[in-house]
Amino acid sequence: MGQAMIDLQHLAKQFGHQTVLKDINLTVNPGEIVGLIGPSGAGKSTVIKVALGMEVASGGSAKVFDTTMPNRELLGRIGYMAQTDALYDALSGRENLKFYGLMKGLAKREINREVDYVAKVVDLTADLNKRVAGYSGGMMRRLSLAIALMGKPDLLILDEPTVGIDPALRRQIWAELGRIRDEGRSILITTHVMDEAELCDRVALLLAGKVMALDTPAALKQHYQVATIEDVFLKAEGVD
Amino acid sequence: MRTIGIMNRVLKELFRDKRTLALMFVAPILIMLLMSVIFNTNSATNVTVGTVSVSHKLNRQMADIKHVTVKKYNTQGAAKKALDKETIDAIVKKNGSNYSLTYANTDSTKTATVKLAFKNALTATSINQLKSALKQSTTATVKLRAQLQALQKQQAVAKAKASGQAVAAQQAATTTATKSTSQKSPKITNHYVYGDQDTGYFAKMMPILMSFFVFFFVFLISGMALLKERTTGTLDRLLATPVRRSSIVFGYMLSYGILAVIQTILIVVVTVWLLGTEVVGNMASVIVINLILALVALAFGILLSTFANSEFQMMQFIPLVIVPQIFFSGIIPLDSMAAWVKDISYIIPIKYAGDAVTDIIMRGRSIFDLGFDIGILLIFLVVLTFLNIVGLKRYRKV
Repeated sequence: MGQAMIDLQHLAKQFGHQTVLKDINLTVNPGEIVGLIGPSGAGKSTVIKVALGMEVASGGSAKVFDTTMPNRELLGRIGYMAQTDALYDALSGRENLKFYGLMKGLAKREINREVDYVAKVVDLTADLNKRVAGYSGGMMRRLSLAIALMGKPDLLILDEPTVGIDPALRRQIWAELGRIRDEGRSILITTHVMDEAELCDRVALLLAGKVMALDTPAALKQHYQVATIEDVFLKAEGVD
Repeated sequence: MRTIGIMNRVLKELFRDKRTLALMFVAPILIMLLMSVIFNTNSATNVTVGTVSVSHKLNRQMADIKHVTVKKYNTQGAAKKALDKETIDAIVKKNGSNYSLTYANTDSTKTATVKLAFKNALTATSINQLKSALKQSTTATVKLRAQLQALQKQQAVAKAKASGQAVAAQQAATTTATKSTSQKSPKITNHYVYGDQDTGYFAKMMPILMSFFVFFFVFLISGMALLKERTTGTLDRLLATPVRRSSIVFGYMLSYGILAVIQTILIVVVTVWLLGTEVVGNMASVIVINLILALVALAFGILLSTFANSEFQMMQFIPLVIVPQIFFSGIIPLDSMAAWVKDISYIIPIKYAGDAVTDIIMRGRSIFDLGFDIGILLIFLVVLTFLNIVGLKRYRKV
């Protein structure tokens, strides 16, 4: 299916003497949700940082949209949601969305339309004019996700997007992610929730700076001969 | 476009943070008011002057002046002891025809009061002395003339023989006459136990203080603001958009520049109208200089905030960065410092702004004559801004 949205080949990353990523091979194709799972400290966030060009690869190649990262202009086509909410709490939800929209390079008219749309997706329309300082943890998480969705980016990179979001809304968000995939856009998502990993088209298992496996959830379960992705995770880690 | 967007956002955040705003605008005014009250109102202070071998007439003249009490001492030693014990504020001692004044000078207003009182008393008493001096010198001139005439007669009689002697005599006579006149305006020497004649004047401090407040608050608040962006992750998220690193730095500069202009106008208005400080030069020039200083402070704050991991660590820069700025800003006279200490002041931005603002406020100089100070400030600004834009590479590699 065309060229890969994200194409990481033999990617390595060292910080000083500490090797975080040893050999990462990961592709995200158009119209695909790829889940990145692994224990904390495995290097999930570093993979994301290299893909965004915040860090430069020490070895191997990191390409996004067939262009070697880091590349500033490409960032306009990527929607990013970090583990921290990263919101300006003196501003209202609407002002946050507008500001990030402007930074992404959206046109004024487009921004207003997008604000209304993404607010509806994350169910924040009623609270859009309240200051973020008065938001609950879940509301902040939703606003943060809404910011990533602004401007219909071709690629979404979401770091733990559903932490602190209740089940009903989580389902709603996954439905939206499915719609995005069906439009031919791509999503790279890290998660700790294993039944979310089941919803991904492919899952990359990251362990000690290496991608141990990258396949569909069904194929992974078959390979490790277990019933759930959670068991795959445990077996790969050697906990058993 | 993005630069303006960032400016708008920073301004919005700032104007919604009422406490910080109050700190920026109210705190400098409060401190200025306090300082002016503390440094100026005790100008009507009472002083006690100890005198040693001063004429009765001069003593009485001084005692007649308001707020001045005179105590007579027989020896300089006894007076010195009283000065040390703070029972008197100054000693007036007559040495022959000259006066030697010693001030405790722990309070500059008292020193000024004594100086003025002594001068007035001396003028009053010397009017009489001048009269007699005039008489004396007139007599001397008459005498001289008589001598001259005598000499001329002598010269006519015995030309070659006595000429050498006559010239000598004439010279001697002239010297005596001059001496007797000069005695009538006594020499006054001033001694200070503490500091010198420049110690502590609010008027002198005011222009520098103004620059200091601008520097201090912009440094602290902008540093904190960027630190917050970093710790809450908004900086990372901002850098995950195609925004230029320079847009972020310039956006901050624009917003804090606007804030600094408002702050400077407020401080200038307060010092001029409320405290009655005279501004000789152009007020717009004062604002321009402080604007440049504010931008330097901003760039400095942003740069140092990258070395801090928390608000508390940012506060730790105050003794390291801010306090030395006070020392070398010119509030304490730099002339009296050792050469190598003085050299440190050349790397202190406030010194240049303080010099420039002092020149404008106190000497009425035009901003166009201050090219040197402004030039140095601009160099600071350009270098620090460049470092900041490059420094943001730590968070995004492009």
